[in-house]
Amino acid sequence: MPANAKCDQGNKVGNPVDWSALLPPISCTTMPHFDLPSALAYAHQLAQWAGLRYSRESTQTRAVRNDTPEKNDTTLEEGAMCEVLIDGHFGYAATADLSASGLQRAFDSAIATTRATARHKVHAFTDAQRAAVQGSYESPAQTRLATMPLAHVSACLLAASKAMRIDPKIVNRSARAMIIQTQIDYYTTNGTHTQQSFDMVDIAVAATAAEGVQSQSRSWNRTGQYGAEAFDVEQFTQQGLRVATEALELLAAPNCPSGPMDLILMEDQMMLQIHESIGHPLELDRILGDERNYAGWSFVKPADFGSLRYGSPLMNVTFSPSKPHSVASYAFDDAGNPAQQEFLIEGGVLKRGLGSVESQTRSGLPGVANFRSSSWNRAPIDRMANINLEPGTSTLEDMVASVENGILMSTNRSWSIDDYRNKFQFGCEHGRLIKNGKLAGVVRNPSYRGITVDFWNRLSAVGQQDATFGTLYCGKGEPSQVIRVGHSSPPCLFRGVEVFGGLS
Amino acid sequence: MNEMNDKGPRDFVDAARQHFDAVTRAVLARLQGDEAATLNLNAEETLFVRFNGNKVRQNTNVEQIAMALQLQGAGRTAESSRTLSGQVDADIAAMLQLLTQCRAELAELPPDPHQVPVQNNGSSDETFRGALLTADAVVDAVVGPAAGCDMAGLYAAGSIVRANCNSKGQRHWFATETFFMDYSLYNGSRAVKGSYAGTRWEPDQWAANLAHSKHLLALMDKPLQTVAPGQYRTYLAPRAVADLVGMMGWNALSASAWKQGRSPFKKLADKECKLSPQLQITENFGLGLTPRFNAVGEVSAQSIALIAQGELASLLVSSRTSREYGLVANGANESEAPRALDVAPGTLEEKDILKALGTGLYLSNLHYLNWSDPVSARVTGMTRYACFWVENGEIVGPIKDMRWDESLYEALGGKLLALTTHTAIDPAVDTYYQRALGGSRTPGALIDNFTFTL
Repeated sequence: MPANAKCDQGNKVGNPVDWSALLPPISCTTMPHFDLPSALAYAHQLAQWAGLRYSRESTQTRAVRNDTPEKNDTTLEEGAMCEVLIDGHFGYAATADLSASGLQRAFDSAIATTRATARHKVHAFTDAQRAAVQGSYESPAQTRLATMPLAHVSACLLAASKAMRIDPKIVNRSARAMIIQTQIDYYTTNGTHTQQSFDMVDIAVAATAAEGVQSQSRSWNRTGQYGAEAFDVEQFTQQGLRVATEALELLAAPNCPSGPMDLILMEDQMMLQIHESIGHPLELDRILGDERNYAGWSFVKPADFGSLRYGSPLMNVTFSPSKPHSVASYAFDDAGNPAQQEFLIEGGVLKRGLGSVESQTRSGLPGVANFRSSSWNRAPIDRMANINLEPGTSTLEDMVASVENGILMSTNRSWSIDDYRNKFQFGCEHGRLIKNGKLAGVVRNPSYRGITVDFWNRLSAVGQQDATFGTLYCGKGEPSQVIRVGHSSPPCLFRGVEVFGGLS
Repeated sequence: MNEMNDKGPRDFVDAARQHFDAVTRAVLARLQGDEAATLNLNAEETLFVRFNGNKVRQNTNVEQIAMALQLQGAGRTAESSRTLSGQVDADIAAMLQLLTQCRAELAELPPDPHQVPVQNNGSSDETFRGALLTADAVVDAVVGPAAGCDMAGLYAAGSIVRANCNSKGQRHWFATETFFMDYSLYNGSRAVKGSYAGTRWEPDQWAANLAHSKHLLALMDKPLQTVAPGQYRTYLAPRAVADLVGMMGWNALSASAWKQGRSPFKKLADKECKLSPQLQITENFGLGLTPRFNAVGEVSAQSIALIAQGELASLLVSSRTSREYGLVANGANESEAPRALDVAPGTLEEKDILKALGTGLYLSNLHYLNWSDPVSARVTGMTRYACFWVENGEIVGPIKDMRWDESLYEALGGKLLALTTHTAIDPAVDTYYQRALGGSRTPGALIDNFTFTL
C-alpha cells in the first residue's frame, strides 16, 4: 500500500445503498457531480451487483521542434464505465452522458447485453470478486501540476531545443512534454468508494544527427508521477546538450560489432527488457488465453509457479505499486482491489503472476491488484503496473571491470518479441565497447537477441542503485488499450549474449 | 444522445449529425476578429464482445463522442479536444469553454511559422448503412457455428462517424455501420488466424469463413518442424505482406520524417537505391475503407502513386510539412502514414504458389514488426499462426516460431521473385481509443533468401 493511501475493507452493506453511511471520513474525498446513488440503485434493481467507475483526465501537450512551436494541444476525457454482474457474468457499458437518463441508459445496455451473453460466460463470478473497500490516493507531487503555468513548460522545451543547436549536422531538435491530471473514482452497490488522483508527466527530448544517408538519434525521457518540480530549465538545457553531443558521436561511430559477448544493460534498457520478457509473460490473462488472438499467449504454464527457474539467483522481481514517482503507482486497481508489493520472482524462481481477482479465481494462482483500464470507455483487464528488478550488490564499475570483451547499451529504440514471449530482439540508441575491463569507444546501432529464460539465467551481476523509467503506451487487449507502466532497475550484466549492429 | 429518446427510435448516426451541426454552428458563431477555426467530430456506438475458448470473456457497449477544435488567430495555433455528453446545451457550453481556453492560449503562444491557414477545401457527405446483429443475437450467431472449436477473438460492431467543418464553410461528413470478427482457432498451441468483416452479418459467410479456418487448422496437425536460422526461399501470404508493407506507415513514407532524418526510406527518397520494379504501391481511396478528407478537411486524390516500378513516386506530404519544407501537399494526415495502402498484384497464380516456392517457408502471418536498423530499412519480426515448411512443393508441417530480420530494400528489392495475382483486403481492426477506419490490399509475395535469425 502506498504511504499516501488510505484503505478500509469489508464494509459490506445491503440494498438500497445508504451513501451517507458508507462514506469514510477522508478529507480528500468528494461526492461526484452526478447522481450516483440513483444510478446505482437503478442498476441494482436488475443486477446482482453494480459498479460505476468515473474518470476524468486532462492532457496538455506542448512540443517544440527546432526552436518553434510544434504542438499546443489540450484534451479532456470524461465519462463513466457502468458495470453489472448478472448470472455470474460481469458486463460493461461506457457513456459520457452523466445525466440521470444517460447513466440509466448505459446501465440498461450493460444489463441487456450481459443478460444475453451470460449463458456463454467463461467463468461464474460473484460479488466476492468486487470486495468492498474505501480509500483514496494522491500522487506525490511537490507542486501540483494544476498550479503550474504552461509558459514555464514552453520555456523548458525551448531551452532544450536551443541547447541541442550545437552543429549543422543536428538536423532535428525536438522537445515534448505531456502534463496529465487524472481522477478515477469507483463506486459499487456493495459499498466500495475509492478516489484516486494522479499528477503525471511524460517528457521527451531528442536530437537527430544526419550526414548523407546516415542518421542517428539520441533521446532523454522522463515519465512518472511528478508535479511542477519536473520542469527545471537547467535540467532541460543539460539534457538537450547531452543528447545532441551523443547523437553526433553516434553519427561518427563505427557499427556495433557482432558475436557473442558480455552485455551490460543500463536502467533505461532494463526497463524494456523487464517489460517484454518478464511482465507480459507473467500476465495471468495471457496464461489463461484471453489475449491469444491479439498480443499472444505465454510460455509460462500454470504449473510453473513455484518451480520455474526463470533466471539466475540474483534475480528478484516485484510488483511495486508504491514506488515513489513511478508512473503506475496506485492504491487500488479498477476492481477496487487494494494494491501492495508482491514478489513475482524471488532468487530467480517464479512465484506469482500478474493477475487480478478474476484471473486468480479462474486459475487458482496467486496474483496482484492489476485489473486496470486505459480510460472510462474500456473494461479493465490484467495489466502490468510497476514491475521492478530489485537492486543487488554490484557497482557499475565492478561490472565493467569484470568484462573482458563486451558492450554497454543504453536507451531502447527497437523492440520485438514473439507471441509466447520467448524470442526477443532489442536495439538501443547508444553503445559503448568494453575492452579488458574498461569502457572504450562509442558504437552505433547496438542490438542483441535472445530467448527469455536462457537470457535471464545469464544474469551475473545486479547493480546497487536503481533508476525508474516508464511509458504511457503499453498496448494490449480486445478492444485495445494503452496503459501506463513503470519499471525500476539497476544496470545489469549478462554473459555471452548474441550482439550485433547495423548494415550501414 | 438523449435528445432523440423522446422522438422515436434512436439512431446514433442521425443523432450525431444533428449534434455536430448544432454544436459547430454555435462555436463558429462565437469567433472574433481574425480568428478562424476547424472542428472535428469522432464518434462511435460500438458493441465489443471478447471471446476465449468459444465463450464470452467480456462484453462492453461503448458510446463515445469527441470533438476537437483548432483555433487560429494572430498567426498562432492552439488545439483542444474533449469528450462530449451528447446533450446539446451542455456540449455547446463545454465547447465554448474550450474556445475561451484556446483564445487565452493564443495570447500566450509565440507565432506558429508553419501554420496552415484555415480555408475551404470543399465538402463531402457520405453515409453507409449496414445491417448489424442486435446485441442479444451476437453471441449465439458467433459461437453457434464455432461449436467444438477453441476460438479466441473479438467481435466489434456499430456505427463510426468522422466529421469536419471550419469557419470558411468547409463541411465533411462520413458515417458507416460495420462489424468485424477478428479471431483465431486453436489446437493446443497450434493456431490459425481468421477474420470476417462487413456491413451485413451473413450466417452462411461466417460458416464458410470458419470452415476455411478449420481446414487450415487441420493442416497444422502435421509433424512440427524445427527450422535452423538461415536464409530460405519464402512465400508471404497477403496478410503477411500487409504486415511487412505496413511498416511503410511508420515514418518510411512520411515527408516530414524524411526531412528530419528519421525516414527508413531515406536512401530510396535520395535515389541511392531502388525496390523491385514489380512493386507498385498506391494510396487508393477507391478501396472504400476510409474517407478521403483528413483532420483539416483536405481531400486527397482518389489515388496517389507512392512506389512506381520500384522507385519512390511520392511521399505523403501534409500541408503543414509543405509549409515548412516547401513541398507540395497531397492531402496526407498529420502522421503522413498511408490510410488505404494498395499493392498491385503480380503474375504468380495461387495454384502455382507451392510449386514456385519449391523448398522453403510458407508464412501466413507475421508478428510484432519493428525497424531494427532504420538507415538500412531493416525490419525484424516473428512468424505467427499457420506457417509451414515446404519441400518440393509439398507442405511438410508447421514450423516452430522463427525470428526474421531483413531489409525492405532486399525483401522488396532484388530478393522479390514474384507477387501473386490474387490479393486480399485487410481492413483495419485497431481499437485503441476508438475503432479505426482504413486498411490495405495486398497480394502474396515470393521472396528469395529471406533471413531468419533465431
